[in-house]
Amino acid sequence: MGRLSVNLCGIELDNPVIPASGTFGFGYQFVKFYDINCLGTFSFKGTTKEARYGNPLPRIAECEAGMLNSVGLQNPGVDEVISKEIPRMLKCFKKPVMSNVSGFSIDEYVYVCEKLDTVDAIGWHEVNISCPNVHGGGMSFGTDPKMAAEVTKAVKAVTKKPIIMKLSPNAPDIVAVAKACEDAGADGISLINTILGMRINLRNKKPILANTMGGFSGPAIFPIALRMVYQVAKAVNIPVIGMGGVSKADDVIEMMMAGATAVQVGAANVVDPLACKKIIDDLPAALDKYRINDIKDIVGGAFNG
Amino acid sequence: MKEVLFKILENKKIAKDIYEMKLSGDTSDITRPGQFIDLKLDGFYLRRPISVCDLEGDQLTIIYKILGNGTEAMTEYPAGKTVPALSGLGNGYDTALSGSHPLLIGGGVGIPPLYLLARELRKEDKKVSVILGFNVEDEIFYLEEFKKLGCEVAVTTVDGSFGIQGFVTNAIPDEYSFFYTCGPEPMLKAVYKATKTSGQFSFEARMGCGFGACMGCSCKTLTGYKRICVDGPVMMKEEILWED
Ligand SMILES: Cc1cc2nc3c(=O)[nH]c(=O)nc-3n(C[C@H](O)[C@H](O)[C@H](O)COP(=O)(O)OP(=O)(O)OC[C@H]3O[C@@H](n4cnc5c(N)ncnc54)[C@H](O)[C@@H]3O)c2cc1C
Ligand SMILES: Cc1cc2nc3c(=O)[nH]c(=O)nc-3n(C[C@H](O)[C@H](O)[C@H](O)COP(=O)(O)O)c2cc1C
Ligand code: FES
Repeated sequence: MGRLSVNLCGIELDNPVIPASGTFGFGYQFVKFYDINCLGTFSFKGTTKEARYGNPLPRIAECEAGMLNSVGLQNPGVDEVISKEIPRMLKCFKKPVMSNVSGFSIDEYVYVCEKLDTVDAIGWHEVNISCPNVHGGGMSFGTDPKMAAEVTKAVKAVTKKPIIMKLSPNAPDIVAVAKACEDAGADGISLINTILGMRINLRNKKPILANTMGGFSGPAIFPIALRMVYQVAKAVNIPVIGMGGVSKADDVIEMMMAGATAVQVGAANVVDPLACKKIIDDLPAALDKYRINDIKDIVGGAFNG
Repeated sequence: MKEVLFKILENKKIAKDIYEMKLSGDTSDITRPGQFIDLKLDGFYLRRPISVCDLEGDQLTIIYKILGNGTEAMTEYPAGKTVPALSGLGNGYDTALSGSHPLLIGGGVGIPPLYLLARELRKEDKKVSVILGFNVEDEIFYLEEFKKLGCEVAVTTVDGSFGIQGFVTNAIPDEYSFFYTCGPEPMLKAVYKATKTSGQFSFEARMGCGFGACMGCSCKTLTGYKRICVDGPVMMKEEILWED
């Protein structure tokens, strides 16, 4: 075990760097750029029960330090993910992968998790609760501690692999949601998903995104994400995966000092396909710079500050 | 596709709001006309996709129009500056489909990718007809360049200040074996309706990654969902599904 290795819910990662769901496809799109086996693991594209096209174009907008997306969970559905995407991924990625599950009802989360739990290549399930609950007036599962706990309990009941609940920053009290997930049996927490944002095209006075609003991510959200990771990691006793704007080795260290056991990188992969490789390559020198022997030692290092 | 550091050899204005930039660098991943590069500009988060207009050894030409802040900033880039880009993106046009008398229809900054295509087709000794569409005379570029390749060129301007008055569809000849087109979407729709043979269309979309990972550019077609960045930007007429 090297100085970069961390343990995530019982599985050893060579390093804490994990490409975030939706920005890394099923991994094979990146093989032209580097050998993705250098990653700790990666979280694959959000998967639902049925195939989804998602939202109309345009789905992408930008600002100086980040991007907005309204992809809308486009994916081929869990059956095709298992029959086509995962076999294709297995040709280029040899480590346990993190699934990423979305749903619009508790039944859907249960259905997808139960199916994915039979796939050997999957090490963890990351359950994205930022989606609207069609039975709950469209309010996102992630905004309400009670609904988040119900999802957690339901998916725990049908799975053997660790369940990591992925929280939405759009919740009024994200710490309460995290604690509710922990109490309901979650093995880990990951945060943050994108922050709801918007841009307007000044030339035609219309919103740029066809969906009007979209998820904002990238360097601009790093301080918000860091704050939330810190608050949640202090409040729970299960591992936390920190994400939101991480773009360089220093950001990884900062997220871990805020309490993250591992770190995900999202938008950075979109603007630079080599982003995660560069971060991993830069980590040893960054540790030296801050006189850190072993990266595990810094997790939650800022708690007593 | 790969990440390449291009060096600017020249960056000059060639028409109203239109610039030609010559770059040098590793062009080995560019294999077909109609492919694009995705430029990383200083101070802008997302890359800017621009078509390959011409290619000669390790030299690459792009033509861009000032549209927003990114393309505006590019006009200030001096010779000697380096620009990182993802190179060799997209599927590109298929010259094998051209038949003996291909028709190329370009509107505005949809014209640049047709230049390399015309060159390739002329190399194969095809009879190439080209329609170049502009709004007004002072936007016209590359007319002489296309003529020099030995293409038969018609120009249309919306205000009639040069060539045929009106839209590119006013200049479509009776005889051609296949067509290739690129331009603003309303033009593409008009070309779709006005053409009688099969053809290839090149589309634009606001992109995230540019290499197939983010689903930011995925559109519906008659043959399923396609990502404009990797499954396109070029699509067959027969698979296009116009929304709205
Ligand atoms: C495959 C492809 C090939 C292209 N080839 C050319 C070319 O050869 N010459 C040329 O002048 N233009 C070309 N374009 C359009 C060019 O990408 C946009 O004009 C440019 O990105 C605008 O950037 P901006 O910062 O000036 O505008 P802004 O409006 O400030 O850009 C904001 C964001 O929207 C995106 N965007 C805005 N308009 C477009 C558009 N029409 N298409 C795609 N993204 C857009 C930008 O990339 C950026 O991410 C091409 C687009 C695509 C998809
Ligand atoms: C294009 C795009 C698609 C995304 N798709 C998903 C998804 O399918 N499931 C999910 O849980 N999160 C998704 N996310 C959110 C990211 O995984 C991540 O939580 C968020 O972007 C914050 O990290 P970042 O600032 O590093 O991008 C997506 C983000 C982007 C930019
Ligand atoms: S822009 Fe990311 S898939 Fe096309």
